[in-house]
Amino acid sequence: MTEISHHIPQSVLTAYVSGSLARPFALVVAAHISICEDCRAELAAHEAVGGALLDDFDPIMVSDDLRDRVFAGLDDDIVEPAPVKGTAVYPAPVMELLNGKAPKWRSLGPGAKQCILEAGEAGSVRLLQIAPGFEVPDHTHGGLELTLVLQGAFKDEGGRFARGDVEVADDDVEHTPRAEMGEPCICLAATDAPLEFKGLMPRLLQPLFRI
Amino acid sequence: MLHGLRKLDMLETDHSLSEDAQTASRTLAQSFGIWKADERVSVTSTTKTSFSEQTEWMLKVRDQRCKTSFGALFDHFAPRLRGMLMKNGFGAAQADDVVQDVMLSVWRKAASFNPERAEVSGWIFQIARNRQIDVIRKERRPVPEELAMPESTDVDGEQVLGVEQETAKLRSAIARLNPEQRELVEKAYLGEFTHSEIRDQTGLPLGTIKSRIRLGLERLRHELKGER
Ligand SMILES: [Zn+2]
Repeated sequence: MTEISHHIPQSVLTAYVSGSLARPFALVVAAHISICEDCRAELAAHEAVGGALLDDFDPIMVSDDLRDRVFAGLDDDIVEPAPVKGTAVYPAPVMELLNGKAPKWRSLGPGAKQCILEAGEAGSVRLLQIAPGFEVPDHTHGGLELTLVLQGAFKDEGGRFARGDVEVADDDVEHTPRAEMGEPCICLAATDAPLEFKGLMPRLLQPLFRI
Repeated sequence: MLHGLRKLDMLETDHSLSEDAQTASRTLAQSFGIWKADERVSVTSTTKTSFSEQTEWMLKVRDQRCKTSFGALFDHFAPRLRGMLMKNGFGAAQADDVVQDVMLSVWRKAASFNPERAEVSGWIFQIARNRQIDVIRKERRPVPEELAMPESTDVDGEQVLGVEQETAKLRSAIARLNPEQRELVEKAYLGEFTHSEIRDQTGLPLGTIKSRIRLGLERLRHELKGER
């Protein structure tokens, strides 16, 4: 396990625990925790709070019928599907969205590729691959972005981000991340804003087409 | 009830909190008055010698597939789960469906229960929350990869008691909250929250329980290494 220096912010973790976190961010949280023991312990601590609250909840009687149904289910031979395993680069929650296959990359212009994992009303989550020395395309247009580095590293005003590190970015924060030399930088990027550009549309044209 | 984080929540978040989580939660807790300076991180001294009823039941379910113990867990947790779900806005019938799924998961996923890292109530809470989200959003919630379990079912008694002890501290801290604080904590952990609410709820003594769980994780890692 490498040293991770940028973790999931507390507020995001609590939102994940309570279930109120938007799905794209929840995916980044799950992916980070898969490779970060610190945050795994942190999560368990928050779940202990949830457990203490549950334990202290005013009970509402359940019917005997419900109890019987549950007991009848105990002997069912349910084989739980084997959980998807993570790879050296892609943690299990990402592999699950990739259906266990390698990502299909599409070019985003010079030095950048992407693979959209999910895009919907709650925002989007995708993989970005940035060639060594290239800038990460400016893709945040309103909304928040959580970026988890899966391979390689990038640097920007916020510091250096390597495997396992999470950067929290906002429109108001001017940042120009650039991939380090060495292996290509692969990131999992989630945003709650709609995806602004897809495919090869040059960045300069975007304001004109308002995509 | 489900929504994304707003910008403001994030901007004012301390991004490096996990490093100073202990200090931070202590300071916040002091302002809450629920954390005393003498309650330091203590991971060695344990006064209890036997596990809690719940842990014993769960271990019997896990290791012996004991239905009597499962019944005891059901009788304790099912009505509380039902209470929690109905407070979260579930109707009686839908709540019953979720309770049924959760309790069956407790039985079927018992092998992944590790008392060195989680107390029964926290473990069940996490199953219930995932199930709740699956039902509301009609999709599977992203969850972290599960850690492999060691072959042996032996437990490090001291570590288990330590986790229980830390959870007990957490419980008494929660019990000491005034009604408004309690309301905020419930909101934060069971559903809705706002920025200021999130700030305040970190006043609970999470630092010590985290170090405890961390120990459990480290032990697991050593064990897995040793087995290879
Ligand atoms: Zn972390």
